[in-house]
Amino acid sequence: MQIVPFLVVAWVVVAGLYGIVTSRDLIHQIICLIVVQSSTYVLLLGVGYVTGGVAPYFYDIPLHTKAVDPVVQALALTDVVVEAAVTALLLSFAIQAHKRFGTLDPHELAEFKG
Amino acid sequence: MTSRQRLWFFAVAAAGLVACYLWAFAGLPGFGHYPGPYGQVILNEAVKQTNATGVVSAVNFEYRGFDTVGEEFILFTAAAGMSVVLRKLRGERERQPLDETDSAAAARPTQTGSAIRIPALLLVGPTALIGWWLASHAQANPSGGFQGGVILASAFILIYLSGEFLTFRRLSPVALLDAVEAVGAAGFAVIGLAAVAQGFPYLYNYLPLGQTPGAVSSSGTIALISFFVGLEVAAAFVLIVGELLGQSLLRQRSA
Repeated sequence: MQIVPFLVVAWVVVAGLYGIVTSRDLIHQIICLIVVQSSTYVLLLGVGYVTGGVAPYFYDIPLHTKAVDPVVQALALTDVVVEAAVTALLLSFAIQAHKRFGTLDPHELAEFKG
Repeated sequence: MTSRQRLWFFAVAAAGLVACYLWAFAGLPGFGHYPGPYGQVILNEAVKQTNATGVVSAVNFEYRGFDTVGEEFILFTAAAGMSVVLRKLRGERERQPLDETDSAAAARPTQTGSAIRIPALLLVGPTALIGWWLASHAQANPSGGFQGGVILASAFILIYLSGEFLTFRRLSPVALLDAVEAVGAAGFAVIGLAAVAQGFPYLYNYLPLGQTPGAVSSSGTIALISFFVGLEVAAAFVLIVGELLGQSLLRQRSA
């Protein structure tokens, strides 16, 4: 049972990659990239989890309560922000591609070459 | 390459990737048995050292504050990059929204129904309040500038959702948003530099830490940095969404 969260990570990565490879639409491809990236949240939070630990916030619980690792949680936050930035940029590239070539299909776009 | 060949190629590569993954996972400590000493040290010391009960915020804005400066500037750069990529190209002009002779105006969807308009407009105030609250309570709760900033930005997006695109644009003038974004991004960097000016390391927490852990006045620079991050993130997201929505107002001259 201890390996299940990590199997989920592998599954989400491969499912997202499959979507990117088979996609016929740039927007769909960007969403698949988000799926791939969300595997990192599962990985980070899975790695830092401590059995029986609470969230690392000591506002209304006593200090030194057993808590999960706060560093990976901060990394997950960074991850979310970077994902939002990457997605925004990719979407604007998709808009420009559609404006220029009138299609969002990567197979057709590959024919234009520059 | 046909799509069938592509799929076979992918299947082989994915099988290799999964094999490597499983090999790597086999060497990890089991789920729930994380032995990392760094997190444990921070858990033991953070509240005493910073008076912030939100340890994740303490990590983000103090222990690993330098990383967060970089993270903030990634978002800053993305917003700038978007306005460069989506600039008005030659041959494009902005459609006048009230130009009824425009043939595109006839194709525009009908006005937003009041079942959406009224709840959306009612939610603007509470959403903005929650965003502000989150951005200014990083030291206490699972909140902080990034979360609060995004929620503040969604208050503006609710205005758009209620069918008031022109109000959305009037309330979010690009020049003002650019200024707020710059102040937010620079504020973080300057708070760090102020520590250097006093002879401390960059981003050293030189402000008084307050008496009660988790109170609004506690945690020194952590709360202040989080607030500036909130400003930056809110402005960046309103800019990004405004850029994307503004595309619907553009059209080719030939059209």
